[in-house]
Amino acid sequence: MSLQQIIDRRLAGKNKSIGNRERFLRRHKEQVREAVRRAVDGRGIRDMEKGEDVHIPKRDLSEPVFGHGEGGVREVVRPGNTEHVRGDRIAKPPGGGGQGQGGGQASDSGEGDDDFVFHLSKEEFMQVFFDDLALPNLQRTQLADTPEWKSHRAGFTSDGTPTNLHVVRSMRGALGRRIALSASARRELRECETRLALLKHEGEELPLVRSAIAETEARIQALRQRIRNIPFLDPIDLRFRSRVRVPVPTSRAVMFCLMDVSGSMDEARKDLAKRFFILLYLFLTRHYEKIEVVFIRHHTQAQEVDEQNFFHATETGGTVVSSALVLMEEIIRARYSPSEWNIYGAQASDGDNWHHDSGRCRELLTDKLLPLCRYFAYVQVAEAEQNLWEEYSKLVGEVPHFAMRKAIENSEIYPVFRDLFRKEGAKS
Amino acid sequence: MSQIENRRHIGRGPDHQEYGGRRIREPLQEMRPLKTRPKQPLPAPSDWTFELIEQYHDVIRLTAERYDLDTYANQLEIITAEQMMDAYASVGMPVNYRHWSYGKEFISTERNYKRGQMGLAYEIVINSDPCIAYLMEENTMAMQALVIAHACYGHNSFFKGNYLFRMWTDASSIIDYLVYAKNFVADCEERHGMEAVEQLLDSCHALMNHGVDRYRRPAKLSLAQERARLHDREAYAQQQINDLWRTLPRRADKEADAQGARRFPEEPQENLLYFIEKNAPLLEPWQREVVRIVRKIAQYFYPQRQTQVMNEGWATFWHHRLLNQMYDDGYLTDGMMIEWLKSHTNVIAQPPMANLNPYALGFAMYADIKRICEKPSDEDRRWFPDIAGAPWLPTLNHAMRNFKDESFIGQYLSPNLMREFRLFSIIDDEKEKEYEISAIHDDAGYQHVREALSRQYDLSTREPNIQVWNVNLRGDRSLTLRHTQHMDRPLHDSAQEVLKHVARLWGFGVHMESVNGKGDVTRRWNVPAPAH
Repeated sequence: MSLQQIIDRRLAGKNKSIGNRERFLRRHKEQVREAVRRAVDGRGIRDMEKGEDVHIPKRDLSEPVFGHGEGGVREVVRPGNTEHVRGDRIAKPPGGGGQGQGGGQASDSGEGDDDFVFHLSKEEFMQVFFDDLALPNLQRTQLADTPEWKSHRAGFTSDGTPTNLHVVRSMRGALGRRIALSASARRELRECETRLALLKHEGEELPLVRSAIAETEARIQALRQRIRNIPFLDPIDLRFRSRVRVPVPTSRAVMFCLMDVSGSMDEARKDLAKRFFILLYLFLTRHYEKIEVVFIRHHTQAQEVDEQNFFHATETGGTVVSSALVLMEEIIRARYSPSEWNIYGAQASDGDNWHHDSGRCRELLTDKLLPLCRYFAYVQVAEAEQNLWEEYSKLVGEVPHFAMRKAIENSEIYPVFRDLFRKEGAKS
Repeated sequence: MSQIENRRHIGRGPDHQEYGGRRIREPLQEMRPLKTRPKQPLPAPSDWTFELIEQYHDVIRLTAERYDLDTYANQLEIITAEQMMDAYASVGMPVNYRHWSYGKEFISTERNYKRGQMGLAYEIVINSDPCIAYLMEENTMAMQALVIAHACYGHNSFFKGNYLFRMWTDASSIIDYLVYAKNFVADCEERHGMEAVEQLLDSCHALMNHGVDRYRRPAKLSLAQERARLHDREAYAQQQINDLWRTLPRRADKEADAQGARRFPEEPQENLLYFIEKNAPLLEPWQREVVRIVRKIAQYFYPQRQTQVMNEGWATFWHHRLLNQMYDDGYLTDGMMIEWLKSHTNVIAQPPMANLNPYALGFAMYADIKRICEKPSDEDRRWFPDIAGAPWLPTLNHAMRNFKDESFIGQYLSPNLMREFRLFSIIDDEKEKEYEISAIHDDAGYQHVREALSRQYDLSTREPNIQVWNVNLRGDRSLTLRHTQHMDRPLHDSAQEVLKHVARLWGFGVHMESVNGKGDVTRRWNVPAPAH
C-alpha cells in the first residue's frame, strides 16, 4: 500500500492559472480596451455591468519559432495508399506549395485564421472600463443617504391608537389579570362553601350552628361580590401593535439624462456624455434598488426618446436648452412625484445655446427643477464658455445640490464626476 | 570556455545499473503465472469510488508485476475538468512559472471545451518520481482502469526505462526544480517588473527548441546543489563575459595574429540559449538565470519530443495487454471490456492519407514485434533474423529502452506493417510541377519507405539546423547565426521575428545566413541592435 496512493485533488482549488490569465490580459491591454470601448458604445447604460467577448487577431498572439517554410525538397510518408505505384506523378494543387502534405507544421496551424476570442468576465470588464476613466480602482463612492422612512412592526406596547389594538393579546392579558386578582377570593369562597355544606349536614336546629350558617352565607355573598367586581377589561390590559420608523436607504430613483443633440454635438462629444451618464447610473445602482432612466434630447425642441435614439440618432439645427428643462419638469409632475422618487438630473451639452434662452434656463432650474431634484449636475463637453455656462455659474454656491464641470477627454470624466459628487458624499 | 563545460559534469554519474554496468536482475523471459484465479470478477459499476480504484489498481499492479514492468512509484490524483485545463495550460506540469502564453493556452482550451469542440485528455502523466498521474473526475470506472494501466504502468515504465529519459531528465528533482523556477521568476517580476521578465521569457521561448544539448549528458543536481551553485555561477559567468569583452589595449604584435586566428566561438554551437546564457554581453545575472531555467525545461521535454511514437505506443500496448490479461484471468466483466475497447479503438484510429497517428503506429509496431517473436513468417526471418522466434518480453523491453522514434522505426518497422498501413512516400520538389511517388509498400519500396519514415521522425530534420556561427568581437559585437538547409528547405517567414528576439537577448545586432547544400549563402537576415 505504501507504494501507491490516491490523492483527491478536487478540492485543492482551481484557477491555478489565474496569474497567467492576468498576464495575458495585461499583454493585450490595447485590444481589451478597444473591445470595452466598443461595448460601451454599443450597450445601453443599464446593462453596462456584464462581460464581453474580446477578439484578438491570431497573428498578434503568435509566438514565433524557427521552422521550415514551403519549398525545397521534402519527402513525406503517408498511410492508406490504394491507387499509386512507384513513379506515379500527381499534379500539385494550384497556388504553389503543397498544403495538406506538410509534415512538421500541420499541428500548429490547425485552427485556421479566425480571431482568437475570449470572454472578459464582468469584473474584468468593469475594471477595464474604470481604468479607461482614470478611476483609482474605486467604484463604490457613497452618495448621501436618502432620508426615507418605512414603518416596521416591533413587538407590542401598552400604549397606542385604537386602530393598532391587538384584541387577542389584550384579552389574554385581561384573563390573566382576572385570574390573578380573584385567586384568593375564590379560594376562600371554596372553603366557605365546604364549611356551609358541613354545617347544614350537622343540622340547622342548634342555634349555634344556625348563626354560623348565616355568618358563612354572608361571607360567601361578600366574596361573590368581590369576584364580580373585578373588571372584565381594564385599561392596563390593552396591548397595541408597536410600529417603529426605520430609515431605508434604498428605494426608487429616477435619473434624467438631458443631452443636446444639435449639429455641434459630434460623436466624440456624445461618447463623452454617455460615459458621464453611465457613471451616474452605476453610482445610483449602488444606492437604489430601482432606477428608471428618462432620456430627453433636445435641439430647438425637446423630446423624450429611448436610449438608442438618444445616443445614436443625429439631428441638426439650433439649440434651445430650456425646452428640455421644461419637458423634464412636465414629466416629473406627470410621473415621478418627488415624495416617492429621488430625482437626479444630469445634463450634458457643448454649451451652445440660443443666447436669449440661457437666462430662462437658470430661472427654470432655480424655481422649478432644483427644488424637486436631489441633485442636478451639468457637464459641458466643450472648452468654450458661452452664455449658458455663465448663467449656470451664477447658481453654483447658491444652490448646494447643483454642480457643473467641464470635461474634454475621456480620462477627465471620472475626476469631474468625483468632484461633482464630493459635496454630497461629504455630508453623509 | 572549456572550464564551464567541464563543470557541467560534476554530479552523479551513471550508477552501477546503467551503461555497461552489471545488471542485478536478468530480464524476465515470459510472464509469471497467475497464483490464484479470482472467484468472481471485480465489481463493474459505471461510477468509480476510491475503494474501487484501489481494488482495480491493485490488480493492475499485480498483473504488471507479472510482466516485470519496472516503474517509479505511482501517485494517482483525482482532479476536475477545470483542474485538468489548468494542467493543460502549464504544459502539463503541476507547477510552472507564470507567463501570458499559458494564459492564452488556458483560455483557448477552456473555450473549446465549453463549446464542446474538444474533449479533454483522459489523463496527464508527469515524468517524476513518484510518477504523478491525473485521473479526471468525469471518467467512468472502465476509463479509470484504462488510464491507470496506460499512464501508471505504460508511460511510467517508459519514463523509467528509455535511455533518452534516463540521460536527459531527472525524475526525482523536476518538481523541485519547477518550484524553484516559479519562485525565481516571481521574484524577478517583483524586482525588475513584469514587463521586463515577460519580454525576456518571450525571447527565450522563441529559442526554446534551439536551447537543448543534443549530445552531452548533463549533470544531475538536487535542488540544494542548484541553489548553492547559483551564486557561484552568476559571479563566475559574469567574470567570463567581462573577460571576453575586455577593452584594455593589447600589445601590438599579438593583435595581428589574434585578429587572424581568433574566431569566436571556435566551433559552431547549436545550443543557442546556452551560448546566450554564457556569452551575451549585456545580460544581467538574473536574466542569465531565467535563460537557464527555460533551457533546462526545454531539455526536460526534449526526450518527449523524440519519443512520441514509442512512448504512446508503449503505453497503449501495455494498457491493451494488461487489461486483456486481466480479462483472461477473470478479473474484468464483458461490459468493462467493451467500454475500454471502444476508447482504445478511437485512440488508435488511423484515417487514410492523414498524418500518421503516433498511438496507432506505436501500438501497431510493438504488437508487430510481439508477433514477429511469436509467429514469425519467412519474410520476418529474413528481415529480423535476431528477433524472429525470440521471447517477446525481453525483446520488447530492449526495444523500449534503447531507441528513439527515428531509430526505432529504422530498426523495427516490418514489411508486414507497411503493407497493413499501406504506407507510401511522396517527394515534393519545389522545382517540379508534380509530386512524385518515390516508393510504396512493395518489395522494391520497403527499405525506402522505412528510411523515409524514420527520417520524418528525426528531430534534426523536422527542425531547422541553426547554429551560432560567429561573433564580431572587434567591431560591432554582432552575432551571426547560420542556417544549414536540409534538402534546400528554406526557413519559415517567422525567422525575422525570432531574430528580433535573439537580438533582444544578445543586446547587439544579429545576422543570419541560410546556406544550401552546395555551400552557397542563399538568403541573409539582419536585425539591428535593440535600443538600449
